[in-house]
Amino acid sequence: MKIKVLVAKPGLDGHDRGAKVVAMALRDAGMEVIYTGLRQSPESVVKAALQEDVDVVGLSILSGAHMKICTKVLQLMKEAGIGDKPLFVGGIIPAEDADELRRAGIFEVFGPGTSLKSIIDKIEETVKK
Amino acid sequence: MSYHERLEKLKAEWKDKKVMPLLKRFPERKKEFKTSFDGPVETLYTPAEKDEYVEKIGFPGEYPFTRGVQPTMYRGRLWTMRQYAGFGTAEESNRRYRYLLSQGQTGLSVAFDLPTQIGYDSDDPMSEGEVGRVGVAIDSLEDMETLFEGIPLERVSTSMTINSTAAILLAMYIAVGEKQGVDALKLTGTIQNDILKEYIARGTYIFPPDSSMRLITDIFEYCSKNLPDFNTISISGYHIREAGANSVQEIAFTLADGIAYVQAAIDAGLDPNVFGKRLSFFFNSHNGFLEEIAKFRAARRLWAKIMKERFGVTDEKAMMLRFHTQTGGSTLTAQQPMNNIVRVAFQALAAVLGGTQSLHTNSFDEALGLPTEDSVTIALRTQQIIASETGVADTVDPLGGAYFIEELTNTMEEKALDYIEKIDDLGGMVEAVRAGFVQKEILDSAYKYQVAIENKDQIIVGLNEFAADEEQGRDLLRLDPAIEDRQKKKIETLRKKRDNEEVRRLLEDLKKAAQGSENLMPFILKAVKAYATLGEIANALRDVFGEYTEAVIL
Amino acid sequence: MNSMKPGIDQLKISRSLSIIENDTDSARKIIGGLPARDYCVIGVTGSPGAGKSSLTDRLACISVEERTTAVVAIDPSSPFTGGAFLGDRIRMRRATDDPRVFVRSMASRGNVGGLSPSIYNSVEFLGRSGYDRIFVETVGAGQSETDIVNLADIVLLVMAPGLGDDVQTMKAGIMEIGDIFVINKSDLPGADQLASRTRAILELSGKKFPVMRADSIRGSGVQEIQEEIEEVLLSYRSSGRLASKRAKRNLYNNLNSAYQIIKEHYAENDKLEELIRYLLENIGR
Repeated sequence: MKIKVLVAKPGLDGHDRGAKVVAMALRDAGMEVIYTGLRQSPESVVKAALQEDVDVVGLSILSGAHMKICTKVLQLMKEAGIGDKPLFVGGIIPAEDADELRRAGIFEVFGPGTSLKSIIDKIEETVKK
Repeated sequence: MSYHERLEKLKAEWKDKKVMPLLKRFPERKKEFKTSFDGPVETLYTPAEKDEYVEKIGFPGEYPFTRGVQPTMYRGRLWTMRQYAGFGTAEESNRRYRYLLSQGQTGLSVAFDLPTQIGYDSDDPMSEGEVGRVGVAIDSLEDMETLFEGIPLERVSTSMTINSTAAILLAMYIAVGEKQGVDALKLTGTIQNDILKEYIARGTYIFPPDSSMRLITDIFEYCSKNLPDFNTISISGYHIREAGANSVQEIAFTLADGIAYVQAAIDAGLDPNVFGKRLSFFFNSHNGFLEEIAKFRAARRLWAKIMKERFGVTDEKAMMLRFHTQTGGSTLTAQQPMNNIVRVAFQALAAVLGGTQSLHTNSFDEALGLPTEDSVTIALRTQQIIASETGVADTVDPLGGAYFIEELTNTMEEKALDYIEKIDDLGGMVEAVRAGFVQKEILDSAYKYQVAIENKDQIIVGLNEFAADEEQGRDLLRLDPAIEDRQKKKIETLRKKRDNEEVRRLLEDLKKAAQGSENLMPFILKAVKAYATLGEIANALRDVFGEYTEAVIL
Repeated sequence: MNSMKPGIDQLKISRSLSIIENDTDSARKIIGGLPARDYCVIGVTGSPGAGKSSLTDRLACISVEERTTAVVAIDPSSPFTGGAFLGDRIRMRRATDDPRVFVRSMASRGNVGGLSPSIYNSVEFLGRSGYDRIFVETVGAGQSETDIVNLADIVLLVMAPGLGDDVQTMKAGIMEIGDIFVINKSDLPGADQLASRTRAILELSGKKFPVMRADSIRGSGVQEIQEEIEEVLLSYRSSGRLASKRAKRNLYNNLNSAYQIIKEHYAENDKLEELIRYLLENIGR
């Protein structure tokens, strides 16, 4: 069964190199990637996750706005009935924020220097469960 | 036998007698050594057959400017040490600027937050969580006045990293100058104002390409009359490189953008001999030390040729590629961050040996957040040490004549030209961007690079080699979360204080002008002085121009 | 989420579509449990770069009272890795924001006709679940992406100047599959010529199909296309053409389902696959 992953860039951050490179890697690993592009509101991210029934939701945030955005997305996902979908976040996220995000329900945080392989492995491992 | 033939013969003998036997016992570290653009790197470089110093290399300050745009370069005046800064509120940024000026920095460089860059006020729903994060929040002229409080605009040169909303911020800067009693004619500085690279690498676009180009030429025209010493565009390769392009692509796409702007200005009736002097460029300084030096030289030569041959420019000053450099942010690692001080030092040195006019050095903690006062001081000291202690600034283009450097310079110029011709075939840069060609090239390079890191073909110290288990440092600069609320309150108060009817009327005037072909700067200036907010002005233009959506390229 | 239309549970639909995409047996069962409905399928095809997505985006959102619209956008799967990059939502900002519109992306998963293996069942499911208009945007039409004609009630063929459309498209006989022809990016030079060339070719073949112009970025011409779609549907209905198209769609659906079930259960049986593929390709000729 194909693994479906949503890759979204919420907020105003326009640096999409990471999101696109990850999207390419996931596609090359045989996954179906729904790429929403830039300037997504938390609402549109959750709507996409719901309509596309993805296995995993991936956010890329490099502007520092991760705390507000992630908590909003988590909240909206719960309200929409898809709170059980794993949410991953990649980008510029300091260690103590990453800890707090994990406590809030983010499945995994991928900081700078993360390898593509570890992202692919983590997604496959998560979906299998 | 000619001298060169003898040389080649001796070289072949050397290879045979000395190199091959050695390789049999000790092979080289890699099967192939390559540049970032996949060109070969040989064991040894020797003099070229023809000495083309006069035709191809030339003298500094003279066409084709390979060795530099000024005859004495840093012997006369060092590069400007210009550290990009700005965060949170105008008050905090103002404090940081005054600190840096007191520490010897010679020009200001302003970073704006994303809402300001994309034309949203701090109280717009799209701005939530973003206010004051990556730079200073400017919602109105009031904030701009605070930003430059106590900073004399006739003595300080200010570079503003602003693109889609450049016209608005420039208008605010002019208005602040006026309040200080400084005539616009005396203002110096730069606005980035390079929308094409936003579509391909940076993402803070608002309007579709055509309308954006119109705004840009309006700025060119307005400034050529009213701010003759202001650089009206900083054609940027930095972000293109950060997005994953290699060094040749960095030159090619940047110069192709430049070609599009020059053509647009010419089409708008401007004289390239005049505005050519006010163009400036902005490049990256990346890890490949020697490649980067060659890159800067190749870019200078290629641009001079383009201005002369393609656009028929006759004034040498208008053929010069003057540029600012920033060390590559994407090369910084979060792991073992102190290593970054060393990386930045080499990148800064390459930029100086490449003849940059101004330089920003990154701070070692920037892989995770905004720099602290301490780390930004080290970054500044890096430049000061290069300038005062290494001696490299005491002669012009010291690496000129190095066989590898000249060969690389030639190769990179050729390959960049190939790309430019390809873009011409596609109909020019605007078309190439619409078609997604440039974006795809960049992404392919980015992906290749990432794969190379994961295969350890490219080693990053501390990351995929020489890594260590470490606790991530927790002394990061934290932004005051109350910033957003403070800005929102400011706007609310502003809206009560100002003449809302006048604002409404001026915005209507702006919209009408935007539908026609009048220069929009005077209209924006009037609106800004009446304390229309940035978002209100941007939205007025959105109503007329529409918004751009990105090209789907995979 | 209170931005969704009451009466249609998008979450349930979304989950069912996943089952339908992966398990044809279950798909038939789910569909069988829903009453048949009258709904229209509008295919949108054309070369990459013609602006199919932005046009579909606009059309899907044009408000017609009480009508609910679904959009299925199909993108190619990589023949090497089996993965897919589904980026059509980027161009559909309006549709993805509109509470009445359901947007779903699908990968072609090895299908070569421009559609996905489960598209017939997916479309039928969406129709039976309450969607009145279902736009299906295919992989860009080269020569072989013509299966849309078996699926859709009407097909919009979208062309744009500067893409070499005139030569390619018309040579390949792709003109056969369009019911409405749209010259998009009508602000670009060459739009006029493309429109007249298209009309000329259609006249030669004796067919009276509408050739329309639009600028999907600025929105001009879109209202007219929407109205034309409804008119054509009406005329196909009264002439009986719609009924025969739907009978054909039904046939293709059943054949396709049979093919998929065989693939899913008897993946190693090449001969059987060959037979079914032959049948699929030759029925209806």
